Amino acid sequence: MTTASQQELDDFRAQVSAWMKDNKPADPGFLLPQTFMEVGSERVLEFLREWQHKIWSAGYLGMAWPKEYGGGGMEPIFQNIVDKEMKRHAVPICFNVIGLSWTGPLINDIGTEEAKKKYLKGILSAEDVWCQGFSEPDHGSDLGSVQCRAERDGDDYVINGTKIWTTMGNYAKYMILLARTGPAEPRKYDGLSFFLAPMHIDGVDPRPIQKMTGEYGFCETFFTDARIPASTLMGKEGNGWKVAMQTLQYERGAEAGAAGGLMAVRTVVSDLIEELRHVKRDGEPVLHDPVVRDRLVQFLMEEKSLSLGERRQAHAALNSDYPWSLALSGKLRASEFAREMRKFAVSVQGAHGSLYVGDEDALAGGFWQRAYFNNFSTTIGGGTSQVQANIVGERVLGLPKD
Amino acid sequence: MINRNNSIRFTDEQAMILESAREFCRDKSPVPVVRALLKTETAYSEEVWQQMVDLGWSGITVPEKFGGSAMGFGSIVPLAESMGRALLVTPFFSTTLAAQAILRAGSAQQQEAWLPKLVSGTVATLAWLDGEDWGADNLECKVTTDGDQYRLDGVKWHVADAGVASLFVVITEADGAPALALVTRDSLAESAITPHTLIDETRRAAKVDFTGVTIEASDLIRGEQVDSALHEIRLLGALLVAAEATGSAAACLDITVEYLKTRKQFGKLIGSYQGLKHPTVDILIAMDSARSHIYHAASVVDDGPMSNDAEIACRMAKALATDALTYAGDRAIQFHGGLGFTYECDAQLYMRRAQWAQQQFGDSYHHRKRLASLLLD
Repeated sequence: MTTASQQELDDFRAQVSAWMKDNKPADPGFLLPQTFMEVGSERVLEFLREWQHKIWSAGYLGMAWPKEYGGGGMEPIFQNIVDKEMKRHAVPICFNVIGLSWTGPLINDIGTEEAKKKYLKGILSAEDVWCQGFSEPDHGSDLGSVQCRAERDGDDYVINGTKIWTTMGNYAKYMILLARTGPAEPRKYDGLSFFLAPMHIDGVDPRPIQKMTGEYGFCETFFTDARIPASTLMGKEGNGWKVAMQTLQYERGAEAGAAGGLMAVRTVVSDLIEELRHVKRDGEPVLHDPVVRDRLVQFLMEEKSLSLGERRQAHAALNSDYPWSLALSGKLRASEFAREMRKFAVSVQGAHGSLYVGDEDALAGGFWQRAYFNNFSTTIGGGTSQVQANIVGERVLGLPKD
Repeated sequence: MINRNNSIRFTDEQAMILESAREFCRDKSPVPVVRALLKTETAYSEEVWQQMVDLGWSGITVPEKFGGSAMGFGSIVPLAESMGRALLVTPFFSTTLAAQAILRAGSAQQQEAWLPKLVSGTVATLAWLDGEDWGADNLECKVTTDGDQYRLDGVKWHVADAGVASLFVVITEADGAPALALVTRDSLAESAITPHTLIDETRRAAKVDFTGVTIEASDLIRGEQVDSALHEIRLLGALLVAAEATGSAAACLDITVEYLKTRKQFGKLIGSYQGLKHPTVDILIAMDSARSHIYHAASVVDDGPMSNDAEIACRMAKALATDALTYAGDRAIQFHGGLGFTYECDAQLYMRRAQWAQQQFGDSYHHRKRLASLLLD
């Protein structure tokens, strides 16, 4: 709810829209990332850093965060308006997502005064890039089993171990790190602690991983006797699991508090349809082909199902048999829908579907090819689709565990 | 043109209707009752039908001046979903759609003559198909003048509840244009009705020969409004079947989940195997999609002409709901193993319902083909 009048909101929207129109960056001549997991080079990083800084400087990011830490101290509705305008104007993404959407809300909610002063402003201004150290090479979907060690030694913790899928690890100044402080705890979850760890110190070695797209974006991060101050501990020692779970609530959008900003360029079926207007098959526009038309209609139906599902969640009476169904199946459905749709987008281009990013004749610069490949980060990351299906089967339908 | 109408309106009043409808259908139609009715001639309980009439369901879309409650066509969706969930069949669908035909195309006199009767439980039905093709005009049945009267010629297929209907709304052609003939049961020859053997044993339908039937001019509905009424009723019929199929899919999911939670093989509950667990999640997801679409459609259809958004919504709902039920029924048989292959297992009830529902008011491909024109051109 808001105290602002409709007139004020309308005026604000018009003002934001005008700003976006005037300040939307020109085409940089290279394919920009759809998500923050695709920041694979310095030039992309610097381009996005400058863009986010510009948005924040204009007062359009972190608008609901407290003023004293770099925010706007305003009602969230203003940020919502900005986010919608960013989407509408198809501007580049706000890339510092782990800071803006996960770490920032966490610090705002449970951080110390010192942490708020030290970290929040840099997250918004894009000066401080953040990364996340949860997954490990041997523990992908099973987060409770992380092995990376943090041993107390005087005023420091000494970190040893390996983290993987550290998005922007090679550019990040800080990491939210989940590490094991109590290896002897009978419950594995009680042995975990959560740190706001510095990255630019001795003993931390983030090595970029080349993705199947040919690009970079993730790292494998090696810790070898890296010493971080004990003051970087978030909450108490042994409380890390709880803090990590709270972080995941922000990540999944189940908990409010994110700074805002456009987080990802989503693909919608109507984009694909527009893209196909000039593609031919059997000497005719591909959009005349009955099989292609039927597939597109099916994608449009599923896309609408996802939007309608969000609306239906608001009506408890329409969800009384399986109340958690729509909420818990959302990630599975949205990521698998996008994978199928993008896969189809490549297959329907005729011979040009075999061209890739870098070929000047590729349809839309190879956008759909890259989008399809990158989509696997959403069907694998954050719990694979197969794990998601187990979660839905067990928690929604009450089926027995494996 | 891609449409962006994603509204779902569901009032507290509708929630109460849904709640009481679910309870009513569950009480009146437990599976043993459903199975007992399979063997009867009419396949429904006159007593339950009368109770539904008393509850006002037969008049829920009919204006108050004819004894109805005028709650809008969307209010049927929670009723139909509840009936589908309990496999509860009565002449409700036939009568509701016949009433819509008279409401949307008939004259004031025809409405006054028939609607109060239909609201109070007189069974009416549409006689639509000339054969198997929902995509045809289905105007092979002709009406021609015969002195002061009109004479019908033609056979109609898949006439639901023909055995108990007092009124047949026959889709016909007069002078090259579509028309509706209001034919009473007493004007049919004794041998005119040949029951079909339906794949869904919970229902009844028949082939009806109208050849030689004569009607008064006052029982013929002609004019431009007939065309649009037929278009609208096809879509409303599709939505009714979609809502019912969604309910049946939810029930089919429930029995499958129950079996997966109790049946053991190789020392483990079979629901713990991902090979069964994941497709069962797919049933849930398909049912969820269908449910979102039927309540969206319920939010955008109204008593006037069908908007573009409403047409899209009805077609999507039909395509998704009957596919969801077909998938649910198919997997329910398979996951019940040897038992699933028997008549005794309830999975067959849903499988048969699915095959019937798929073929009412156009199958999935019929609707997707039309959606392609609506959305892509």
